[in-house]
Amino acid sequence: MIAPADRCEAVAIGGSMGALQVLIELTERAPAALSLPIFVCLHLHASDRGRTAAHLALGSGMRLVEASDKEAVVPGTIYFAPAEYHLLVERSRTLALSSDEKVNFSRPSIDVLFESAALAYGSGLVALLLSGANADGARGLATVRRCGGTALVQDPSSAPAPMMPQAALDLRAVDRVLSVAAMSTLLERLHHDRSVSAALRGLGTACGAPAPLGGPTP
Amino acid sequence: MAELSSRPPGVSMDASAVAQIELDLLLEAIFRRHGHDFRSYARASVERRVAAFVASKGYARISDLTADVLHDEARFAELTQTLSITVTEMFRDPYVFAALREAVFPVLRSWPRCRVWHAGCATGEEVYSLAILLHEAGLYDRSTIYATDFNDAALGVARRGIYDAGRMRDYAQSYREAGGAKTLGDYYLANYGSVAMSGALKQNLTFASHNLALDGVFGEMHLIVCRNVLIYFDRELQDRVFSLFADSLVRGGYLCLGSKEDLQFSSAASRFELVDREARIYRRVADR
Repeated sequence: MIAPADRCEAVAIGGSMGALQVLIELTERAPAALSLPIFVCLHLHASDRGRTAAHLALGSGMRLVEASDKEAVVPGTIYFAPAEYHLLVERSRTLALSSDEKVNFSRPSIDVLFESAALAYGSGLVALLLSGANADGARGLATVRRCGGTALVQDPSSAPAPMMPQAALDLRAVDRVLSVAAMSTLLERLHHDRSVSAALRGLGTACGAPAPLGGPTP
Repeated sequence: MAELSSRPPGVSMDASAVAQIELDLLLEAIFRRHGHDFRSYARASVERRVAAFVASKGYARISDLTADVLHDEARFAELTQTLSITVTEMFRDPYVFAALREAVFPVLRSWPRCRVWHAGCATGEEVYSLAILLHEAGLYDRSTIYATDFNDAALGVARRGIYDAGRMRDYAQSYREAGGAKTLGDYYLANYGSVAMSGALKQNLTFASHNLALDGVFGEMHLIVCRNVLIYFDRELQDRVFSLFADSLVRGGYLCLGSKEDLQFSSAASRFELVDREARIYRRVADR
């Protein structure tokens, strides 16, 4: 029996510069039958028009789609935030898009995805912050941790753009630092056993205590 | 709700569940005190905006803001601004404007008059974008464009038609991608970091306050443009607005939605046919 607070119900992934390659690897290696929803926010050019998601879908074992507004979340699906829209997860476990102002100069913003998913899934959320050249996602990761979820970052030393995971580490918003290979292992293990603590056993480097409270990213 | 009310007394509730009650009470207070109904808005966005407002004004919790919403007009006005902001730009999604030009304008040309309703126009950038393309197609002189929003401050900006010059380079690029025939600079005067849209574009524009959640039909339109407004509404309010649009359009009139909005699952879906999937252009058909 997995304790309720240790049971993974959803995964959220954010990244920017240098993260596409990691996402290709993760989506190609993710078990096709992984029965978790995965939400992805990658900073895209405004003219993307769904091309990045369509490209990733070709190589992904799991179903991978661009997120639609008000779509019910279905396990086993990777939802990709469209360019120029924030992706939020409602507490009712449906998706919402918004064209609100950019957050951290970004739309979609990783903070917006992580913060809403943290409120929707609480301790059931596992969030991964990948390579990137700005600080989007760090505060969101802090919210994930504060809501009882698991906050993970790509090892900055192996990230093409270390600033993004480093910003989360500086905010003390991280539970554990992982290599890309360890992230794939984590998804494989979660396929067999939803216990987050069991899936993380022996993977990466654990970090210190969480940061103090704060509001959402302005 | 039943789950919460059956909770035994004295059993603790987690902070996020309490915050949900506080948010419900805030939205209820806004509605009953001021008539603005944000209860039918997509929840996560409202929650995010309220949380940001609460933090920026130094409130400890949402309940403290609720007291001010009931008793402090100025504070309520600030909150309304925060909750009703919609971000817009000129020629956003150029392919949509190109599709309007190619698929819709030829039909508009076949009608002696052209009445356009730009619903939820916010600060008006898209209204001027459409006016420019109508002008270049030779349709502007017979057109009347009604641009509406429920945010009066945004409507004031739209009416003035003065924008930050810093955005114009991007807008000019989008204008070209939309198939603009001249240069965007032909349509505004630049001055001290701002641009003022040409008076000629304003002649047939009428700006008016209209609340899609509360107000009624805006009759006999040939084209309704409403982009990135409905994503903020829940399904029920969306259905209301789609019916309102269907009732406001002439038979054969067009509806253009935001690129991530869809009337496929709406109760009004049968009153429209799809014209262009990617540009989200629909056409009003006869009621069966």
